[in-house]
Amino acid sequence: MKLYVPLAIFLALVGLFGFGLWWNSTHIPTLVPSPLIGKPAPDWKLPLLYHPRQSLDKAQMLGRPYILNVFASWCFACADEHPVLMAYGRDLDVPLIGYDYKDKRGDALAWLAKHGDPYTQVVADESGRTAINFGVYGAPETYLIDARGIILWKHIGPLTPHVIREDLLPRLLKLGVHPKVTT
Amino acid sequence: MIPELGQMALILALLLASVQALFPLLGAWRGSSALMRMARPAVAGQFVFVVLAYAVLTHAFLVNDFSVRYVAENSNLTLPWYYRFSAVWGAHAGSLLLWVLILNVWTLAVAMFSRRLPEAFVARVLGVMGLVSVGFLAFSVLTSNPFVRVLPAPANGMDLNPVLQDPGLVIHPPMLYMGYVGFSVAFAFAIAALLGGAFDNLWVRWARPWTNAAFGFLSAGIVLGSWWSYAELGWGGWWFWDPVENASFMPWLVGAALIHAQAVTEKRGGLRAWTLLLSIFAFSLSLLGTFLVRSGLLTSVHAFASDPRRGMFILMLLGLAVGASLLLYALRAPKVVGGKPFALASRETLIVVGNLMLVVATAMVLIGTLYPIVGDALNLGRVSIGPPYFGPLFIVLMAPVVLLLPFGPFARWGHADLREWKRIGLIAALASVIGGSLFAWAASGGMPGWQAWLGGLSSAWVFAGVALYARKRWVSVPAGRRFPAEMAGMLLGHLGVGIFLAGALLTNSLSVERDVRLAPGQTAVVGGYTFRFEGVTDVRGPNWIAHQGTLVVTRDHQQVTVLHPQKREYSGDIVQTKAAVSAGLFRDLYVALGESLGAHGAWALRLYDKPFVRWVWLGGLFMALGGFVTLLDRRFRVAVPQTDESMSTPTADAQPITPRAREAGA
Repeated sequence: MKLYVPLAIFLALVGLFGFGLWWNSTHIPTLVPSPLIGKPAPDWKLPLLYHPRQSLDKAQMLGRPYILNVFASWCFACADEHPVLMAYGRDLDVPLIGYDYKDKRGDALAWLAKHGDPYTQVVADESGRTAINFGVYGAPETYLIDARGIILWKHIGPLTPHVIREDLLPRLLKLGVHPKVTT
Repeated sequence: MIPELGQMALILALLLASVQALFPLLGAWRGSSALMRMARPAVAGQFVFVVLAYAVLTHAFLVNDFSVRYVAENSNLTLPWYYRFSAVWGAHAGSLLLWVLILNVWTLAVAMFSRRLPEAFVARVLGVMGLVSVGFLAFSVLTSNPFVRVLPAPANGMDLNPVLQDPGLVIHPPMLYMGYVGFSVAFAFAIAALLGGAFDNLWVRWARPWTNAAFGFLSAGIVLGSWWSYAELGWGGWWFWDPVENASFMPWLVGAALIHAQAVTEKRGGLRAWTLLLSIFAFSLSLLGTFLVRSGLLTSVHAFASDPRRGMFILMLLGLAVGASLLLYALRAPKVVGGKPFALASRETLIVVGNLMLVVATAMVLIGTLYPIVGDALNLGRVSIGPPYFGPLFIVLMAPVVLLLPFGPFARWGHADLREWKRIGLIAALASVIGGSLFAWAASGGMPGWQAWLGGLSSAWVFAGVALYARKRWVSVPAGRRFPAEMAGMLLGHLGVGIFLAGALLTNSLSVERDVRLAPGQTAVVGGYTFRFEGVTDVRGPNWIAHQGTLVVTRDHQQVTVLHPQKREYSGDIVQTKAAVSAGLFRDLYVALGESLGAHGAWALRLYDKPFVRWVWLGGLFMALGGFVTLLDRRFRVAVPQTDESMSTPTADAQPITPRAREAGA
């Protein structure tokens, strides 16, 4: 009987792969809802990119809504997204926190120096460990977190003007802030 | 017209593969010599047509036939001719054709070098390899035809992915495929043995040289891949635990277990079912790797473009091939524990422990690689797992293997001499603590960090074991018979493990990396070397233009080298960095060009001092060399008595063992 064990394990694997293929063909990965939506953001405390000795944490950000934008210098799509952030970032009326993901500090600084820095603050997660708690799928990703520290919305992939107007703005307006962008 | 010939050749090859699969297996089952004799001509015919199809596709690349969609998507008028050869395997459809070509090379080799084996056994082996070929040729013809036309033909092609335009990538895929596909031979031998009843262990002796060759190629292929990503990606790392890397690493781990388990089965008759199972696993994991890379199931830095239809096809292929083999295994594997008994302290025990650790490590890598899919299945969201998971676990799992490695050759089959173990362990421990510490000290130029220290200790431990055994052979065996090829291969492979350990741990611990902003004339110091930045000029290649930096490296006012890192722009605005590496046995100096930082010609540069990084690949190459050297052993070529399989005796004791075999096993 124990000779059947390898076969059974293999069949379970095939089942998993079949599921994976089905999942990929029926789900667009960027539309996968985050299980964290509506839940408190994980506790995070990360060093500031510009001042690595200082850090920013979840507690400091409580009290007003903010946007967390995951980016990295190695990420091509982030370079596409960047001009959108440069154009809209200051007009959203909430802090825009840059979340530098699995990046070398020097790379990130050079990248921001070259493309411009739209962020209120930039935190650095060099090892990517905190990102695991956030369920970061890849860069770029954007989270909207409310004043109580609850994740209201997550977007995977580059922000576009369309996404900002259609998805982000209505949620910001509901929070009672006053973005200068018009719908 | 010519591409259509390629298409037809592929279809004819598929038909011949079906002939090769069906009739010899039928003949072996029915005992019909006439049917079995169809195997070799079918192999030869299939080989001719696959070569023809491959040549046609290469020709289409060389003459820039952009009416072939695959060529239009992966080549360009300005692409240098040598990259047009390698562009054939630059994407999914062509690399699949390369896979099939290499399978045919292996099959032809088996057909040629197996004339002394029993007819029914060879018929089954070639039949099984024919079945594998049918699967992959059908995959190619039905879902991934590389000869599809695009009309009207574009005037120019899109160009080969710039990441692939590198000498390392010209030889990396063929080597890797030689390894992957080479395990199909051990697989076919195991299946043939199961079909024939697996009454004796002669098949293992016949399978051993093929397994060792495949292992050698796979090692070399992985080394080349690692070296390429180091030179090309500009991150200065040599292993990333990326899904695609893991896909090649899993068959390697099982292959390493297999070549050791085969030795036990061949010489002592033990572990019969385990060796059969590992033979199936090694090839199954190669198939699994192909599936993971091509189905788009996992995202990776270098995965091929995916297509769900392809994924379904290859999943069915995987399910049929592996499912049927494991079912056959469950039905036919020898249920009686065979072989000679062995004591707790024996070479068998050491090999079993090593095997278990390698297989557990494979399972660990498999779980980590598949975890993102499991995350989907359990609705946890996509989670990716990286080096923090793989690195420590791998070190923990491999530690016992390294610890036992020096004892292996000294341990006798059946019952080892514990007093000798004590003596060897003591000497190796002394060598490890004293020599290894000195080594780590000298390499670090001062107090070593824990990783460097571990590197020194573990590598000296392994080196001592290898040296002690070489010395024992030298003094106790007359000249000329001291190092038979099989033993020399083992020593080289084990030496490779030591070199790799030193390389991996020392380079991880001692590498220095600095990101700097330099204006022309400014200098930066890394690891005792002074890098003077001379500025950036523009250079032009056949199909790219590049910013090229110049750095003069000095040490103690002596010029060491001049480095030219590049940032190339290929057609379609694709930017590709080319790190400049000054390679040395004891250290690499490595420079990657970052971004231009405004006026005054200042640039961001990434400077690395990477001591001992070459040892990582040198170790891998020694392991590959070990696999190849083993092939030369006379024992694998001596005639085997031409008995009908069913008549040969079921016990291992009755195996014909030549004096040399007994000696190598001593």
